[in-house]
Amino acid sequence: MATQTSDYSAPIPGSAETQHATSLGLANDKLAIWGLIGSECLFFGALISTYLMYVTRVGEGPTPADIFDIPFTSASTFILLMSSLGMVLALAAIQAGEMRKFRAWTLATALMGSTFLAGQIYEFTVFVAEGFTLQTSPFSSSFFVLTGFHGFHVAFGIMMLLALWVASMMGRLPQQLHTTVENVGLYWHFVDIVWIVIFTAIYLIPAATSVTTH
Amino acid sequence: MSVAAEHRTATSTRRNMFRRPTSETGFWSWFTTVDHKKIGIMYFVTAFFFFLVGGVEAILIRIQLAQPEMTFLTADQYNQIFTMHGLTMIFFAVMPLGAAFFNYLLPLQLGARDVAFPRLNALSYWVFLAAGIYIYSGVLLGGLPDGGWFNYAPLSLIGPNPTDILEAGTATSQHVSRMVLYSVGLQIAGIASLASSLNFIVTILNMRAPGMTLMRMPIFTWMIFITSFLILFAMPIIGVALWQLMFDVRYGTSFFNPAGGGDPILWQHMFWLFGHPEVYILILPAFGIVSEILPVFSRKPLFGYTAMVFSAIAIGILGWGVWAHHMFAAGLGPIANSAFGLSTMFIAVPTGVKIFNWLGTMWGGQIRLKTPMLFAAGLVGMFTIGGLSGVSHAIVPHNYQQTDTYYVVAHFHYVLFGGAIFGLFGGTYFWFPKVTGRLLHDGLGKLHFLLMFVGFNMTFGPMHILGLWGMPRRIYTYADGMGWNFWNLFETVGAFVIAAGVLVFMVNMVRSVKGGEIAGPDPWDARTVEWMTPSPPPHYNFAEIPVITARDEFWHRKYVGEGEKPPVRVPAGASSDHDPAVAATPDQSLPAHGPGHEGHADIHMPSPSYYPLVAAIGLPIMGWGILMPGAWQIGLLAVGGLILLAGLFGWVLEPSAEETH
Repeated sequence: MATQTSDYSAPIPGSAETQHATSLGLANDKLAIWGLIGSECLFFGALISTYLMYVTRVGEGPTPADIFDIPFTSASTFILLMSSLGMVLALAAIQAGEMRKFRAWTLATALMGSTFLAGQIYEFTVFVAEGFTLQTSPFSSSFFVLTGFHGFHVAFGIMMLLALWVASMMGRLPQQLHTTVENVGLYWHFVDIVWIVIFTAIYLIPAATSVTTH
Repeated sequence: MSVAAEHRTATSTRRNMFRRPTSETGFWSWFTTVDHKKIGIMYFVTAFFFFLVGGVEAILIRIQLAQPEMTFLTADQYNQIFTMHGLTMIFFAVMPLGAAFFNYLLPLQLGARDVAFPRLNALSYWVFLAAGIYIYSGVLLGGLPDGGWFNYAPLSLIGPNPTDILEAGTATSQHVSRMVLYSVGLQIAGIASLASSLNFIVTILNMRAPGMTLMRMPIFTWMIFITSFLILFAMPIIGVALWQLMFDVRYGTSFFNPAGGGDPILWQHMFWLFGHPEVYILILPAFGIVSEILPVFSRKPLFGYTAMVFSAIAIGILGWGVWAHHMFAAGLGPIANSAFGLSTMFIAVPTGVKIFNWLGTMWGGQIRLKTPMLFAAGLVGMFTIGGLSGVSHAIVPHNYQQTDTYYVVAHFHYVLFGGAIFGLFGGTYFWFPKVTGRLLHDGLGKLHFLLMFVGFNMTFGPMHILGLWGMPRRIYTYADGMGWNFWNLFETVGAFVIAAGVLVFMVNMVRSVKGGEIAGPDPWDARTVEWMTPSPPPHYNFAEIPVITARDEFWHRKYVGEGEKPPVRVPAGASSDHDPAVAATPDQSLPAHGPGHEGHADIHMPSPSYYPLVAAIGLPIMGWGILMPGAWQIGLLAVGGLILLAGLFGWVLEPSAEETH
């Protein structure tokens, strides 16, 4: 509680709201990010529940076994998970004050996220070309809406990473602001972890069941 | 200001699109303010306006139902009005009125200078206002939502003309726009609630005055804390359901459309998984207000503070396990129905604990029957009636009889009007002197309470009878000869009595803002620290942050008591309960006020900002985009999205508050 004259006391641009001593000793914005992550868990929980409920409601359209290209998605999943490593290294770099390294890893993380996103756009395009669209069946709707919202979360994370990179290039991200990087990192790791659950629910479980039933 | 800091400010200002606004007074300062007190007032005024709109809608409903076979409203108009009455009262009146109290009082009760994220707080307000404007823009855009606030699928897919049913895979009828307004409008309102709940949670956890442990917090602050967690976890669920609804009605998916293979029951589950916690989101703030008022006007500490806190936590947790009691008639089967019936009865236990604690607070106290006390006692009585009819819903066979009848309407008006609205009015009378420095007129206040109390019971009491006699809810008219005529007319008269009460309240407000009796900092001999500052409080709230040594800190500073003898009032600051030596125990080692805060002019407050308003403007523009066809849709989505992004980027890059006054 007596740490109010640590990093937060200097009037650095963008940190106006983290200057106060806090009752818990945890920065306000970090606490808010954890709260947001708690809320997001229920958001994705509701989307995943809908998907699991509708995975068998394929109507006249394709089934999961017909449509998914598991090797392709596994590769893009691997890239997304590796981006979490990049995020960790970027945070370690800024904490150590190695700004060049920080910028390199931030950009690399954003690039890996973009690769995943490009893979998702490609996948969506192929599906639509094969006649598997948003309106095909409750299964297709819940698939597109679930993965689409995850994609939006990745895109938002990429935007934040690029903003960090630009701010650092402009000299507006001093080392004291490593807590901001940490907060972006918390969000980024959350989005990755959610993808592990989504990937398991969408691609792995139906694949396992189709092996046993067909 | 140091040279280095000056240099930094100069640099960052130059790099910004426009300078940070500085004015603290005047008309435009309301648009850029980040002061929680101003935002609280704006919330109150806006929400009260929506309360009046919802009230007019209620009057229209009652006129239409005053006699059988009335043609005052058409079926289509009636559907729009009863839907908007529910939406307005829940999302645009009661919730934001709660938010008004949260905003104004939370930092004052915590002994803080502002909330944790002042700009986010401003964003919440503007987004809430944007949502209200967006959803009411339906008046100009082909009609307001008309599927009921619950908006069950596939009801949401049926147009104003019952033959106009939305086919799976199409999305072209006029009806589409109405339900898009519902789905996107509530989505936007949800963003506002979510942002403020995060803000309040962080504020409560992190910005308490030195010495204020969680169990020393004022009980109202505890209720804000629990309500904020409910909002934080309930909003994303309705958010998903609303997105799915939007895709159904606008982009032709079949999440809830049985014609395309979807499941209408899924909407009910998601809606009520949000909707039941929402009930507690609406009522817990009123519980908190009443728990502040009763001790002050009974001149006793709150009976069973700890039990009050834990019963509210229990309500907050159990509230997640009762949602299917709204769906007993949907055919979930006897096991689900029994389980949810039982859990619903369980939730009556912590609620009962609260009611008995309020009675225990009043029991043997020196009760002063001022207007806030009347409303608080009114809540205890009326909420108990509503709670008991609620327990009767938990009995499944009984529920089959009541479901979709006016008995249910009576129940939820007893808890939301007799509960939430009474509590909020009581809180208004209680804290009005803190906000304006002047008291509301007590005589007019008592007249307001009397009209409200009588009118309320006239309007909603007979609905129990009508419901048990089988009058269904949500119908726009009824046949003669059903035996419902007398009570319906009686209820309509009651509604006008309520309206008269609200009118008296408005007269009182207008009269008292400028001409009311001067209140002074502590007109009620109150117990919590917000009464230690002048009324109205200065923009920095406390010249010196108080050091908290007890629950009911302010009372302990005013009174000292020994053993069985009644407490004695002491000169300011001299109470032995507030010994400075006690205040300096190791766990309260923070200084009573931060460095540089000795002179009030030096107190460092966040500067106003344009960006919350800018970001909020983007959202309804995107929402209107979703209504439009083709290129208009993409165009408006892009414009709205760019405004939103510009607001967010400006926000992040904005220089920090560096105006030293």
